[in-house]
Amino acid sequence: MIILIQLLNAVQYGLLLFLLSSGLTLIFGIMGVINLAHGSFYMIGAYLAYWFAKLTGNFWLAIPLAIAVAFAIGLLIENTIIRRLYRRDHLYQVLLTFGLILVFEELRSIFFGDEVHGVATPKILDFSVPLTDTLSYPVYRLFVTMVCLGIAALLYWTIYKTRIGMMIRAGNSNREMAASLGINVPLLFTGVFAAGMALAALAGAIAAPISSVFPGMGNQILIICFVVVVIGGIGSINGALIASIAIGFADTLGKVIAAEYSAIAVYLVMALILLWRPQGIGNQA
Amino acid sequence: MSDETILQARNLCKRFGGLAAVDDVSLEIRTGVLHAVIGPNGAGKTTLLNLLSGDLPASSGKISYSGRDVTSWAPDKRSRLGMGRSYQKTNIFFDFTVLENCRLAAQSRAPRPFQWWRNAASNETDLTRAWRALDAVSLATRAADLGLTLSHGEQRQLEIAMCLATEPRLLLLDEPLAGMGAEESKIMIDLIARLAENHAVLLVEHDMDAVFQLAKTLTVMANGKVLAAGTPEAIRANREVQSAYLGVLEVTP
Amino acid sequence: MTPISLPRPLLLVAVLALAFFPFAASTFYVQLGAKIMILAIFALSLDLLVGHSGMISFGHAAYFGVAAYALALISPKYEAANLWLTLPAAMGASALAALIIGFFVVRTTGVYFIMVTLAFAQMLYAVFHDTKAGGGSDGIYIYVRPEMTLAGWKPLDLENPTQFYYLALIFLIGVYVFLSRILEATFGRALAGIRLNEPRMRSIGFPVFLYRLGAFVLAGALAGLAGYLAACQFGFVNPDILAWQQSGIVLMMVILGGMGRLHGAVLGAFSYVVLQEALSAPALLGAYAKHWQLALGGLIVLIVLALPHGVGGLLDGVLRRKNRAGEIA
Repeated sequence: MIILIQLLNAVQYGLLLFLLSSGLTLIFGIMGVINLAHGSFYMIGAYLAYWFAKLTGNFWLAIPLAIAVAFAIGLLIENTIIRRLYRRDHLYQVLLTFGLILVFEELRSIFFGDEVHGVATPKILDFSVPLTDTLSYPVYRLFVTMVCLGIAALLYWTIYKTRIGMMIRAGNSNREMAASLGINVPLLFTGVFAAGMALAALAGAIAAPISSVFPGMGNQILIICFVVVVIGGIGSINGALIASIAIGFADTLGKVIAAEYSAIAVYLVMALILLWRPQGIGNQA
Repeated sequence: MSDETILQARNLCKRFGGLAAVDDVSLEIRTGVLHAVIGPNGAGKTTLLNLLSGDLPASSGKISYSGRDVTSWAPDKRSRLGMGRSYQKTNIFFDFTVLENCRLAAQSRAPRPFQWWRNAASNETDLTRAWRALDAVSLATRAADLGLTLSHGEQRQLEIAMCLATEPRLLLLDEPLAGMGAEESKIMIDLIARLAENHAVLLVEHDMDAVFQLAKTLTVMANGKVLAAGTPEAIRANREVQSAYLGVLEVTP
Repeated sequence: MTPISLPRPLLLVAVLALAFFPFAASTFYVQLGAKIMILAIFALSLDLLVGHSGMISFGHAAYFGVAAYALALISPKYEAANLWLTLPAAMGASALAALIIGFFVVRTTGVYFIMVTLAFAQMLYAVFHDTKAGGGSDGIYIYVRPEMTLAGWKPLDLENPTQFYYLALIFLIGVYVFLSRILEATFGRALAGIRLNEPRMRSIGFPVFLYRLGAFVLAGALAGLAGYLAACQFGFVNPDILAWQQSGIVLMMVILGGMGRLHGAVLGAFSYVVLQEALSAPALLGAYAKHWQLALGGLIVLIVLALPHGVGGLLDGVLRRKNRAGEIA
């Protein structure tokens, strides 16, 4: 039965990773921008959720507020800074977004301090479902899993079934062609970037009651997202999904088998994939 | 040395998903017998070249170089064996000088990676090979100029020179005459004719005048398959080839 | 081909200035100077990858850290270790780590390479942070600096800040000269070719993977040298020296200083330390001094947007104007 709990945790973590990584891989696939500050938006989402929840006393109000603010910040950043990076070398994208991480971390430190803050689980979901006589599973975690699945479904539907999604896929494979087909590429890019940031913020916001908010939370999970993108292949949503779940399991199993070395398990999986299929699972050779 | 079979390709196939870009192609390249591969655009000629040079892995089939099975070999390994390849889209080091382009190519024959103190430009063997290659293509006067300052024709010549600097036995030439004027073409054709005397040469070209001037044997490709193969006279008389090309093969006397 | 190194007279002046510096400066600045030179070695090692080989590593701090930890782990607790034994061992450890990790990462390019180098560095961070063997987040102290004793002869006493400074200077000069030679030699020319046109290099017969791996290992070993010296100076190692922030900072030093120019890496290291000292000084930002990285981050963003070739690029512009007459293409 403990296995079931671990399995549920693995799926929940994996889906959360997917939420975060899908934005990262799309932004890279479509706009060719590697954005290190992606993790910062996860953190922004979490801290804003914490703050709005404290301010309004209502968790359900805090989440959409956090997402809205993050979306706005994303729009601003894309408009002023990110769009200057599209034609630049990856080197400069890395450096500039690294600078952004420093800025966000320090702003977080100035406004919220450096302590760890707990975020109260909303009362409706603050109970556990019994699995056996002795074991039960927190409903909030199930809720997170459901939300991630819902968003994942929404993402797939948007990308494969709508006009916007078609434009995104067109932009993904060939930017110039997309522009010549009449797609407003700058607007598309702004939208995709801001949406990616909103997704990251959403992930951070709903994860906050589970993980608490703490300094460096964004960067920690960002690196894992990089592993997901490498394993899944840049630009591939399917790959990101498979990789996220795989990482979720690797991480959880790692903790069960050898707690001290669990963090390393994820990277070992990545190493193996690099040997077998360096272009990622979702991509063609 | 003459007429020796250097390269043999048997039943080469390259599939991309459902599409066969190269479909069951076999051919031989012999020293002194320039082998031209012609065909309409999209026939798979460059893909074939990529399979032979190793830039693309074959889906199936076999490639032998001097009797050795090199089908799974990487491009650099094939190069060290004696294969040289020039590209359709000029692929030189634009930021290096003409001499450095060839010197670096020559360096691949005697790499000496642990020689950390000595300036690479002082290695006599590399320089000799480089100058010899530049002389062969008549680019010696431009040795000190940067690759990007060369005219298109000169860049195509440098493209070949880089190959020659590696002292190959087999030359795979991908449309060397592409984008050249009449004068430049003539120089290149003379060069290739000279090279064909003591190298095994595979020439992919669209310029039919050049092809019929140079080729001793031809392979015609269409839709990834071999349409016809044989002597220039046989190919010209071939009905299928004629209908595929609709008179393009008519060579002005 | 523009020269990779500064013209000789300028270099000589720089070396002399560095050599005479301890006579004019207080102990604090001598120590700061040594710190700058150590970071310059670190930046030079990364420049080999980023500027010359076109390999953008975002995990270079890993090899810096491995050597530092190697010293900490093999040093006897309250005695001085022997530099002649521990330095090669530490650099060897870094080189080995670079060899193993390089085997996996060098087969990737572009953005993938950036991400996997970061990921593996994070893995090493986790090793030192989470495991007991690695010392954990508390870190390890090196109570006594290594000694340079060899058969009774002790050329420099490393506990003395000025003599330690000269050790750092000797190594900096050594690394600078070594890199300027090797980059013009066959190995360096091959790396330059790989950076410019990798497929063509393969086509003319170079085993690109091996050259890249060689560069990666060499860069790792040199980063290890810097890490060893840093551990000597600081007397303390903890997982933070392997953190991705450190990888980002050294990358910043190289890029902003000007890539592909050895003096650029040195300039970048110097600029960073000066900037760090200036921005975190209470006199400048007052109560916000501890948040100096905010200013640093903002500055990075501005510089990347405004100066495409970094600070070193500005210097090059000046040098190029002076060189125009005598330059051989």
